[in-house]
Amino acid sequence: MAHDSLNGQAPARRLSWNDPDVRSVVYQIVALGLVGLVAWFLISNTLHNLSSRNIASGFGFLDREAGFAIGEGPIDFAPHNTYARAVLVGLLNTLRVAVIGIVLATLLGTIVGIARLSKNWLIAKLSLFYVETIRNVPLLLQLFFWYAVITETMPGPRQALHPLPGVFISNRGVKLPVPADHFAFDLAGVAFLIGLVLSVLVSNWAKRRQDATGQSFPVWSTCIALILGLPIFGWLIGGAPLEFDIPKLRGFNFTGGVTLTPEFAALLFGLVVYTGAFIAEVVRSGIEAVSHGQTEAAAALGLRRGQILRLVVLPQALRVIIPPMTSQYLNLTKNSSLAVAIGYPDIVSVANTAINQTGQAIEGILIIMAVYLTFSLSISLFMNWYNKHIALVER
Amino acid sequence: MASVSESLPPPSSTTGPIAWVRERLFSSPLNAVLTILAVWLLVMIIPALIEWGLVQAHFTAATSAECRGHPGACWAFIGEKYRFILFGLYPYDEQWRPLLAVLVLIGLIVATCMPLFWKPRLIVIWAVGLVVVGVLMWGGVFGLTYVEDTNWGGLPLTLILATFGIAVAFPLGLLLALGRRSRMPAIKTLCIIYIELIRGVPLISLLFMSSVMLPLFLPEGFSIDKLLRAQIAIILFSAAYIAEVVRGGLQAIPKGQYEGADSLGLSYAQKMGFVILPQALKIVIPPMVSLFISAFKDTSLVVIIGIYDLMQSTKASLNDPAWRGFSIEAYIFIAAIYFVFCFSMSKYSRNLEERLATGHKR
Repeated sequence: MAHDSLNGQAPARRLSWNDPDVRSVVYQIVALGLVGLVAWFLISNTLHNLSSRNIASGFGFLDREAGFAIGEGPIDFAPHNTYARAVLVGLLNTLRVAVIGIVLATLLGTIVGIARLSKNWLIAKLSLFYVETIRNVPLLLQLFFWYAVITETMPGPRQALHPLPGVFISNRGVKLPVPADHFAFDLAGVAFLIGLVLSVLVSNWAKRRQDATGQSFPVWSTCIALILGLPIFGWLIGGAPLEFDIPKLRGFNFTGGVTLTPEFAALLFGLVVYTGAFIAEVVRSGIEAVSHGQTEAAAALGLRRGQILRLVVLPQALRVIIPPMTSQYLNLTKNSSLAVAIGYPDIVSVANTAINQTGQAIEGILIIMAVYLTFSLSISLFMNWYNKHIALVER
Repeated sequence: MASVSESLPPPSSTTGPIAWVRERLFSSPLNAVLTILAVWLLVMIIPALIEWGLVQAHFTAATSAECRGHPGACWAFIGEKYRFILFGLYPYDEQWRPLLAVLVLIGLIVATCMPLFWKPRLIVIWAVGLVVVGVLMWGGVFGLTYVEDTNWGGLPLTLILATFGIAVAFPLGLLLALGRRSRMPAIKTLCIIYIELIRGVPLISLLFMSSVMLPLFLPEGFSIDKLLRAQIAIILFSAAYIAEVVRGGLQAIPKGQYEGADSLGLSYAQKMGFVILPQALKIVIPPMVSLFISAFKDTSLVVIIGIYDLMQSTKASLNDPAWRGFSIEAYIFIAAIYFVFCFSMSKYSRNLEERLATGHKR
């Protein structure tokens, strides 16, 4: 083992406490042993308690009839459906609020973050006020507040607020008009996706061509034309329908249009406003992290303002922005679990109902944790990879 | 009279309020439009808020009937309920005790914020402070009547959950951070699994776990009360986040410091205790403060498992049938309390950041 040392006769390896390798092996065995002991203690207690309380463990309950109704969801659910379907509805509800929330919070946060750096005194102070107020009050309190605002202070459907044509706000939630069910709108949606894919391809191609030949290509205008033009083209081909499904007051409530329930509206609004304030700070610090010399040097090279922002400031700011931004997205997704407090049927709320009805506490909590861990670990793995990718290497 | 070298005043268009307005509000067409939009928004909102909150509001009312049917806010609700909101179910005549406990806790936090106390004796101060808080809240000694912790509530409970949570989570988080940076693969893996597992799930799921699963984990006949279970969940949760913050500090210490300590022949404990941690912890004070702020805000989640913190006592005060329907006023009141705590801490953290940032600013 040690024959490769210089004089050919290395000191024989003795088991000694002074050998760091020996110590480290001992420490690790002790640590693993302790953890194993604690785990064994907890598991054996749990098994004993379960058997003495006659709780059958396992996920068999998922196939049973749920017997409770779920207020809303992207797929239909009735009380005679199974628990498995209820969990699926909860999962989809979580995803729905998280995805819409992330998109809106990014928009809001970016605008406010840039506004914080605005030369306009009033705009800068207003955004500072927004950020400081929102960040220093618990999200749960804000959710309760918005929920109370919607359900207690908004008028009934008959006197609903009517801020924009086709939009009604009442204590039953928010009503929005949607495009009527028509082939042309489907076509426009597909065309939008195609436009997105083509834009990515075009910008990649343009970058490669510029690297190779030095010729630039009007990427931005092409992409905007693709993303906006293709859907309009699809809509025109489909016959350019102008029908919208507009909510109308019938009797005591609205028909038509799409409804945001008070729970969904309060949750989405609360999450977007809260996370937006944090994203604003992320964006601001990212832009401020790019030293002024960079901007000046770029200007000295003769780049235009837009080019400075796109080619010099943004790439460096993004290095600072993206990791905390990703963790804000994660926070938003995890915070959507507060839905349970105001009664929006997300995964936590559905699993909680299932726990109360069946007594399958361990399984219910395992489902909740598995769902969030899947979200988080996938994003966390990506972040760690990205962090390694951009970190400055020291030696 | 005037000497030749005396300088002329700057042109009037570049100083004074008009120049300020032109420079800061109307420097470009876009800025002018934004300013006008913002002013319009403020004109729409602020007078309406003043009308609701001050002009039309009721500050005193014997019964809720006086408030009802009026368009303004009903601050009389707060006047009626503030003792309940602040102290929950704690016996009414004994409420000076939680008040004193709150003051002690605030004193502890303030002392921790002062560099004067950043010495080992801080640990002694904390130990004494927490014992005093415990004596005040529980009683049972020195002629104080015993109050069960199921009757604790409101602001003291929120503060206890947050300060006690962080105080216990800090050493745990420190160990986890050192473990994650360790060269021993088994210990490193265990720490990574713990940290990533906890950070991957929402606090609510841990609170649920503490309220429904923890009783299953323990031997039969052995039970922990609900408050302590929630406190354990908060500690386990915060420890993972503290570990990540401390790890950030450890990573920021140059390799030469580690190597220097090694070459002096220091043991691992000496190296960490005398060389690395003092530097690393100094770097992470600002993020630690923001962690404390979010822990403080997160304690409100214990509402979901029915513990009487500030939020829950507020919700309970809203259930009084005689005073229904004033939730907006109540929420604004406790939002102000949370805001005062969190905002002063974040202001402190910013000051500290400026004081600690030596020599990197232009």
